[in-house]
Amino acid sequence: MNKVIHFTLNGEKVSFTMDREYTLLWVLRNHFGLTGTKYGCGIGFCGSCTVLIDREPVRSCSVPVSDVEEHQVVTIEGLSVNGHLHFLQEAFVKHDALQCGYCTPGMILTAYGLLAKNPEPTYDEIVEGMEDNLCRCGSHVRVIQAIQTASEEMKGGKKL
Amino acid sequence: MKNNRHLKKDFKDIKSPSDIDRRDFLKYLGGGIVIAFTFGDKALLAQRQRRMPSDFNAYLLIEESGNIKLFTGKIEMGQGVITSLAQMLADELDVRLESIEMIMGDTDRCPWDMGTFGSMSTRFFGPPLRAAGAEARATLIKLASEKLGITEKSLQAREGIVYDTTDRNKSVTYGELAKGQKIAKIIEGEIPVKSPSELKIMGSEALRQDAVEKVTGEAKYACDIQLPGLLYARILRPPSHDSKLKNTDLSGLDRFSDLEVVNQDGLIAVLHASPDVAAEAINAVVAVYDTPGSSINQETIFDHIRKNAPEGETVDSGGDLGKGEEESEIIVERKYLDGYVAHAPIEPHTATAMIEDGHIYVWGSTQTPFPAKDQVAEAIDFDPEKVHVRQVFVGGGFGGKSANGQIIEAARLAKITGKPVQVAWTREEEFFYDTYRPAAVVRIKSGLTGDGEIKLWDYGVLCAGERGSQHFYNIPHHVTKVHGSGWSGRSSVHPFRVGAWRAPANNTNTFARESQIDIMAREAGMDPLEFRLKNLADKKMIGVLKAIGEKFGRRDNLPEGHGVGLSCGIDAGAYVALMAEVKVDKSTGKVKIVRVVCVQDMGLVVNPEGARLQIESCITMGMGYALTEDIEFEGSRIITNNFDTYDLPRFSWVPKIESYFIDARNDPPQGGGEPPIINMGAVVANAIFDACGARVYQLPMTPERVLAAMPG
Repeated sequence: MNKVIHFTLNGEKVSFTMDREYTLLWVLRNHFGLTGTKYGCGIGFCGSCTVLIDREPVRSCSVPVSDVEEHQVVTIEGLSVNGHLHFLQEAFVKHDALQCGYCTPGMILTAYGLLAKNPEPTYDEIVEGMEDNLCRCGSHVRVIQAIQTASEEMKGGKKL
Repeated sequence: MKNNRHLKKDFKDIKSPSDIDRRDFLKYLGGGIVIAFTFGDKALLAQRQRRMPSDFNAYLLIEESGNIKLFTGKIEMGQGVITSLAQMLADELDVRLESIEMIMGDTDRCPWDMGTFGSMSTRFFGPPLRAAGAEARATLIKLASEKLGITEKSLQAREGIVYDTTDRNKSVTYGELAKGQKIAKIIEGEIPVKSPSELKIMGSEALRQDAVEKVTGEAKYACDIQLPGLLYARILRPPSHDSKLKNTDLSGLDRFSDLEVVNQDGLIAVLHASPDVAAEAINAVVAVYDTPGSSINQETIFDHIRKNAPEGETVDSGGDLGKGEEESEIIVERKYLDGYVAHAPIEPHTATAMIEDGHIYVWGSTQTPFPAKDQVAEAIDFDPEKVHVRQVFVGGGFGGKSANGQIIEAARLAKITGKPVQVAWTREEEFFYDTYRPAAVVRIKSGLTGDGEIKLWDYGVLCAGERGSQHFYNIPHHVTKVHGSGWSGRSSVHPFRVGAWRAPANNTNTFARESQIDIMAREAGMDPLEFRLKNLADKKMIGVLKAIGEKFGRRDNLPEGHGVGLSCGIDAGAYVALMAEVKVDKSTGKVKIVRVVCVQDMGLVVNPEGARLQIESCITMGMGYALTEDIEFEGSRIITNNFDTYDLPRFSWVPKIESYFIDARNDPPQGGGEPPIINMGAVVANAIFDACGARVYQLPMTPERVLAAMPG
């Protein structure tokens, strides 16, 4: 009883044949080879598996793949265009907003979701928006600075 | 869309495992100029080095194409050596930072290395690396002199090109010079390196060299290695470390198709092409265990430690304790307790392994790739020469990724199934198998005169370890005793394995010592900063303390409920002090760290940007062990099993952080990845006391403990 589901992945129309239900995280990593999305806790708590579904940050370790049928999924690999970094990624580079880098894709996509809703967040709004993403290396200060820089660029006309 | 980039394997190999001479080595590398160098213990190196000539353990290569590669067994796990080591080399070699490719932790291509820990990479690796860069530059200038027919004195190197200083049109690139060369040198003796004033790249701000890969998701960790036919393994785990498996029923696995089931020598595992199916299958295994009960838990462990700690070893002493007591007018006797703390890197232990043509290839999250290679060889009975550990990024280590349990499991399963296997520990497994920072007790009896001179220091640390146990104050009568190393794996004291945790032992020792110093300062009615200065002779520490007093500024205008603390210490060769302002909610006992100022004397600061990142990292991570992190357990059953029951520091906790370095550019660089974290316990404890009079003697300083310690 295979079922084929269709969705948009990083701007491309894709399909996935389900012989059973699978977790979105593993489908993205193992079937589509998009390994930038990381497993961290498996209970949707740490945020390292965050992807965008219809521009909304979602924990892919806790989403059945059937849920994304007919939706738009963006992973970290979908953010840069033609090898050019997205300005949010550039802001993370500029501020050294990462150390081991394992939580970074989830941080960037959560920040994307935050800025999509609120392009000019205050310091407290950034903290609130990022609060549920864990980073063990302690790059928090820099992540906040990177988001502030990206927000400045949006004021200057850049679009997410 | 499958990512096949990492299927390309580098099978280039040295045939003879021993007595490889330098010519063969160069042939293996493909020509050019090689400068090799050694750091650390040469005798140990000679014993362990198998693949390469035995008299060096790192080398740089200038290829005929002009590419520059630095090969080292060190690994990058976030601490930033991928950048700071490249900076040192680029500066001495006069090339652009970006032109250096770092080849790290690959057991075929890099010489043997014991592992990446102890803030040692920059400290011990740095000086010979710089010498190697200087030697390479001298060699290139000599070659350029021959090629251009110009005396060496008239030549200058800049950004990978050697120029005639009198005629800039006469120049030759490093690549052109390396072409057709077969030069292999080994650094011996003193090689002159650049003076501090000549340095351009060291000491300047450099962004992380791995940042672009990491923000695009391109950076490969052990879990990202995808191989044709790869199976994801889940392994049956016991409910506690002491449990004995009585019987199992695997009949529930019959309903799964394409499932590999392993049941061999106590290893019960299910493997499938989908992690979802493997997870469901492992839950279908019925296992019955004998689990002995235990009365040891996170409350009773301290009595247990006091009763079972090994005999103490005196590591430092002077004067006579009896006299010290006589000379003291005030005696302060206290006890400090630390719970178990997890490493909790966001990347759990992961390994991917594949056997092909009698060779095993391993990609593992490890701080110790070379020991991993030997462990794999032993576990699956392979010739170590046929074990190849490959370079991957490590998603945080903090001392917790040195045991390589997951790598051994992946290797065993790859051998048993004959298929490529990935073992990726779940978060629950990660908490269960972590080698925690040991729980510990510190006892201190100290004495001082009425005008604030410390006369007596009788110090004993149980089960944490020696690092940071020795005080640096000017105390005439003192003894420091260390009971147990604290990081020798499981012992009779700890119900499960413990190990090195970022600045091992020093967090525990500094929390105790600097709390005790603060208590004595208050007893003497003195300002804690003045009290420390009065009892110090060490010039570096005095310099650091004077600087932090200035940088922190006024302390007399704090809002109600706020307090300021100070703590200082020495770790990995660096002198570091922190001052923190906290806010204590007196009704709940909840502590918010508002501002932290750090002053550090770490000799030459190779990458100020990287060093500041590490300070911020230490302060942020250290808030966890200071305030919340505590493993809950009953005997060897670990109750804490995920982030919902183990509070890591979050965005809302982050204080305002200010970092300053003492200008000590003429001193060799010291460790940077660990030192500031040692102060986080005491600086917060002392600030809490300043804010509300509550003296907390146990880490973490939870709201309940702060409330219980509140006066009145």
